[in-house]
Amino acid sequence: MVVDLTLDKNLFLTHLDAEDNLDALGKIADNLYNYNYVEKNYRQAVLEREEDYPTGLPSHWPIVAIPHAAYKLVKKTTISVATLSHPVKFHDMGDVNNILDVDVIIMMAIGQPHGQVEMLQKIVSVIQDDSLRNKIFNAHNSTELYQLFNELFK
Amino acid sequence: MVARILVACGNGIATSTVVASKIKSFLADKNITVETTQTKLMEVPSKIENYDLLVTTGQFEGKTHNVPYVHGLPILTGVGAESTLNEIYNVIKDK
Repeated sequence: MVVDLTLDKNLFLTHLDAEDNLDALGKIADNLYNYNYVEKNYRQAVLEREEDYPTGLPSHWPIVAIPHAAYKLVKKTTISVATLSHPVKFHDMGDVNNILDVDVIIMMAIGQPHGQVEMLQKIVSVIQDDSLRNKIFNAHNSTELYQLFNELFK
Repeated sequence: MVARILVACGNGIATSTVVASKIKSFLADKNITVETTQTKLMEVPSKIENYDLLVTTGQFEGKTHNVPYVHGLPILTGVGAESTLNEIYNVIKDK
């Protein structure tokens, strides 16, 4: 499966320090903006979206969240991945009363109205793969993290 | 008649895309063709009446107007995916 997607090493962050989930989302969204992948108000859209429809996905440790927002605010489809120096709390997408300690955030900047099915399937495969999630969480630096995803999307 | 499934997530762009495609391929293996429409959770109440089944990834507590509802998050996480897909099959097979 070939995915038409450019990954940018600058969007792969390890050991991100964040006070809470909104702080983490803000930092990742700002970075996407700084590298010109999204509009300035993408940040606000992601934060609002998270409040309305949370994106934590229940799994074994390490737990992943997949925040994203309106396609109109995306200039170029990509993903940004951050591993966290300590977990932050997200609500469970399927059951908002359930709180998850999230260790890895995969922010999807999707510029098409109905997504990009191959890219999304790859990301979902990460959620379903305990061993890969461990490798992602344990990546020492952004190069290692970037390479794991480059391999996945090849 | 081709059964129609409404698949909803927060924005109608991301997780519903994956779930819709997995439902289609699961049912195609059983020789069932379905039509899926992706939408935002917010828009479910205004659209639901024209469909045979509602599947959502996010939590949904609105009215379904007697349309059957299956919670689709297991299709995304993989945990319980098979039984969720079978539940969908059981609703759709008699349509």
